[in-house]
Amino acid sequence: MRRVVITGMGIYSCLGKNLDEVRQSLYAGKSGIGIDPMRKEYGYRSPLTGIVERPALKGLLDRRSRVCLAEEGEYAYMSTAEALRNAKVDMDYLEKNEVGVLFGNDSSAKAVIEAHTTAMQYKDTQMMGSGAIFQSMNSTVTMNLSTIFKLRGINMTISAACASGSHAIGLGLMFIRNGLQDMVICGGAQETHYLSMGSFDGIGAFSVRVDDPTKASRPFDRDRDGLVPGGGAATVILEEYEHAVKRGAPIIAEVVGYGFSSNGANISQPSDMGSGIAMERALKDAGVLASDIDYINAHATSTLQGDAFEAMALDHLFTPYHTPISSTKSMTGHECWMAGASEIVYSNLMMLNSFIAPNINFENPDEYSKNLNIVSKTQEKNIDLYLSNSFGFGGTNSALVIKKIK
Amino acid sequence: MQREEIIKTVNHFLVEEIEIEENLLKEDALLKEGLGIDSLDFVDIVVIVEKNFGFKIKPEEMKDVKTLGQFYDYIAEKVN
Repeated sequence: MRRVVITGMGIYSCLGKNLDEVRQSLYAGKSGIGIDPMRKEYGYRSPLTGIVERPALKGLLDRRSRVCLAEEGEYAYMSTAEALRNAKVDMDYLEKNEVGVLFGNDSSAKAVIEAHTTAMQYKDTQMMGSGAIFQSMNSTVTMNLSTIFKLRGINMTISAACASGSHAIGLGLMFIRNGLQDMVICGGAQETHYLSMGSFDGIGAFSVRVDDPTKASRPFDRDRDGLVPGGGAATVILEEYEHAVKRGAPIIAEVVGYGFSSNGANISQPSDMGSGIAMERALKDAGVLASDIDYINAHATSTLQGDAFEAMALDHLFTPYHTPISSTKSMTGHECWMAGASEIVYSNLMMLNSFIAPNINFENPDEYSKNLNIVSKTQEKNIDLYLSNSFGFGGTNSALVIKKIK
Repeated sequence: MQREEIIKTVNHFLVEEIEIEENLLKEDALLKEGLGIDSLDFVDIVVIVEKNFGFKIKPEEMKDVKTLGQFYDYIAEKVN
């Protein structure tokens, strides 16, 4: 079977604008959560969000590229440019070789709402301008990245709610394993503008702990009261192992397992059974046992039910092995469509630098998390193999197993 | 509105918003081949013209407008 490795990665999130900044934030257990005053004005129940600065792209990209990029596409450009640099892939390589792109994204609400507002004001759709259509579609990220980087391989967006980024990497793995592609740019992107998250706030899913924003996201903690939305973009360059060796590419890690499942039940409530199936499948695909896993990057978003169901599944599979677990969403908030990809980048940074980033704000367990080995302070630890979970609305589950290359 | 004023406004948005190099802005420059204005750029120019000059460009009226000078003249005719 063809092996699939990660030869480059990039990140743009509330923890930093590049790998080095993010590595430092992860090690320090630094939260990226703050308050967005516009959310209060707009009528949000919670103004809390991951604070992500829009990148300045003038000078980096031509006008046509910039006009067609929605907010999440701008982040994806930044993380992808960093990932390609690290993978030693330049424009000359991209023009001479077939490279694909599979990115997780499940909304471009700001672009849609702004176009609608313009049409209502002028009663004339042409006033939306030339970029609105390219910014508004769910595939906005992949259509723009493929154009900017001249990609000629598989080209599509994976929309699977909060598991989008993870499934994108899982599907990239399959395309390469099956011999259909040698290199695929995978990742996830998430808009953070106040126009993008109102309906999510509307169902009461967000934490309202506004007195100290950095304490609001507290996965697995007894006193959690909801998630905090975050965003940005993360990119990994997946490549067939021999291809990477032949190219002399830096090899960061190997993607060894992908597991998935669908709960076939409630639209918003997760399931311990469904998430457990995804984890078991990922382990089986990787050819490893639960006892082999050195670290679990949990999906845990800081919601009462979501964390409880994941804790039950983790308890069932991993408690005998006392496997260290943390949810980096305690620092980033829930990066939604991007999370499954960003958490691979975060975990790779931990694996490369031999530490486990803390599940900050984990102060008291509840009845479900009490048996888990949740790491609440940064821990120095060698990681050879880790599991990363991502679950989404509609009961979509994804789990990835990643291995250190020695 | 004086033609000079129209030229100044049009050149300003072509440089600042459409990002065309200023030294290309000659009266005889062809809009498509010379300045590289494509159909998507033209959508944005329609928006900018409406906001700056208060009228909407009709595609059928642009059939014979090939150069930048003719574009200045077209706008002058519409606003005066």
